[in-house]
Amino acid sequence: MIRSLPNSRAYSWSFNLFVICYFIFLFAPLLVTCVLAFNDSNFPSLPWNGFSLDWFISPGPERLGIFHDEQNLRSIWTSFQTAFWVAIMSTVVGTCSAFLFEQEDFPFKNGLYFLMLAPLVIPGVILGISLLLAANSAGTFFEDSFGIDVGLFRPSFWLVVFGQFSFITTFVTLVVSARLKKFDSSLEEAAMILGATRLQAIRLITLRYLRPAVIGAAAVAFLMSFENFNTTLFLVGSDPTLPINLYLQVRDGSTPVINSISLLLIAGTSCLALFNLYFSRKED
Amino acid sequence: MKSGFRLSFWLFLAPVLLWLFLLIVLPHIDLLLLSFRGENDMGDLVWTFDNYKNFFIEPIYWNTFVRTALYAIVTTFCTFVLALPVSFYIVKLARPRTRGFLTVLLLLPFWVSELVRVYGWMILLRESGVLNYFLLKTGLVQQPVEMLYNDATMIMGLVYTSMLFMVVPLISAMESLDDSLIEAASDLEASRFTILRTIIIPHCKPGITSGAIVVFMLALGNYLTPNLMGGKNSLWFTEQIYNQFIASFNWNQGAAFGFLLLLLSSGIIWIGLKLSRQRLGEVAA
Repeated sequence: MIRSLPNSRAYSWSFNLFVICYFIFLFAPLLVTCVLAFNDSNFPSLPWNGFSLDWFISPGPERLGIFHDEQNLRSIWTSFQTAFWVAIMSTVVGTCSAFLFEQEDFPFKNGLYFLMLAPLVIPGVILGISLLLAANSAGTFFEDSFGIDVGLFRPSFWLVVFGQFSFITTFVTLVVSARLKKFDSSLEEAAMILGATRLQAIRLITLRYLRPAVIGAAAVAFLMSFENFNTTLFLVGSDPTLPINLYLQVRDGSTPVINSISLLLIAGTSCLALFNLYFSRKED
Repeated sequence: MKSGFRLSFWLFLAPVLLWLFLLIVLPHIDLLLLSFRGENDMGDLVWTFDNYKNFFIEPIYWNTFVRTALYAIVTTFCTFVLALPVSFYIVKLARPRTRGFLTVLLLLPFWVSELVRVYGWMILLRESGVLNYFLLKTGLVQQPVEMLYNDATMIMGLVYTSMLFMVVPLISAMESLDDSLIEAASDLEASRFTILRTIIIPHCKPGITSGAIVVFMLALGNYLTPNLMGGKNSLWFTEQIYNQFIASFNWNQGAAFGFLLLLLSSGIIWIGLKLSRQRLGEVAA
């Protein structure tokens, strides 16, 4: 049954086989995507026509490699900018929120805590449409009462940033809170007895202690934002993020350039994932 | 001293309040209000129940709704059935040295964008796809089979995309399960099924609940997988919402659908929490 008990051969082998099949199931789609990025063919399918880097570096016009594909490059850049701002904003607010719920006491704390968790159980699509509606209402309101047109309230870059920020902050709060729970608050008290103000104590002691968790949370926030589709779908304006742009291409028929983008994404996210794992290991 | 305490408190409270009220509470109130608005015969905006009435009158709407809910439950169940042996193997059967490696391997695919994963399945399964190529080569089939665009594939896709959120809580729940309990049961001649039913599953219940809630919610709110793998007649409720917003431009109807989906997901999550006697805070942590 378990490691320490004698197991029959058939049991161990069938279990091993099952797990091997599971990992094949897990990696097959990613592996196939990566391999076909190098196939010398105009379609992302077999047969294998030989190795080629065309879908990375070919300048077009017949085959447009990713490094020359203006439209896709622009959407990658948009995604980078979005993820950058979301990571910064959600890390700052999420850390504040972790401090608020771990270290402060105030009326209605439980209610506010529940509200903070709400984005976990709101489907991303709903978050997207309610923000779209609210932004539209606010835009109409400002236009009618003050006669000013606020660009922020139309589907645009910043609306996407705010939409993603609204639920990613909850994840940051949970990650930072978990670390803050283990913090020995007598360290902070000692600093304050020695004359530090609360904010000085936080800056010099608590935040130092939290650093691995905060960096890890920022990395996760960056990744979540970079890959978000559901919320972004409704808020996106004239410059689509990478997932939206890829979706439109996949839906309307695809070329292997999507494979090469996927390969770059898989490589990039694996690096970020391992980096994050390294930090969270160091934390323990 | 006292004033320092208050200053930091407000410094923490202000951004959190701004975030929660401006980006969470207000938009959802707006969603609810707009779902009760609609044009009357004269073309003026009035308060009305029409958006909700449409939902119940048109069979296609509530059929899709029920279908989405049922398939999301099926997805959650399949994910659980698949994740249980995998996490059991990793925690209790794998050698300690391979264990860390397997865990990392298990997590890696889920860091990759959902779109890339769905795309991978598409080029594997479609008519001109990789799997069909091999099936034809080996002579197992004479004609290429279209494996994409049906309900079974769609559910498989949903299970694949949300797997991680079941495996991770199950692994952490099983880590706290004392091996000696299973050893004792085994010494007393309990069958594997009895051990599973009376020891492992009851112990993992908190992990199962939190996994099931997240998987259910993700499946219910998923748009990409049903849209790309389920094909034209996948009829997922999020697609109906999308159609109302983007294609028909009927935002009030879309708001009503959105609110119904929100009710459904919070309702089922609430039932799940009640059945397992847990609170949202415990599940999240």
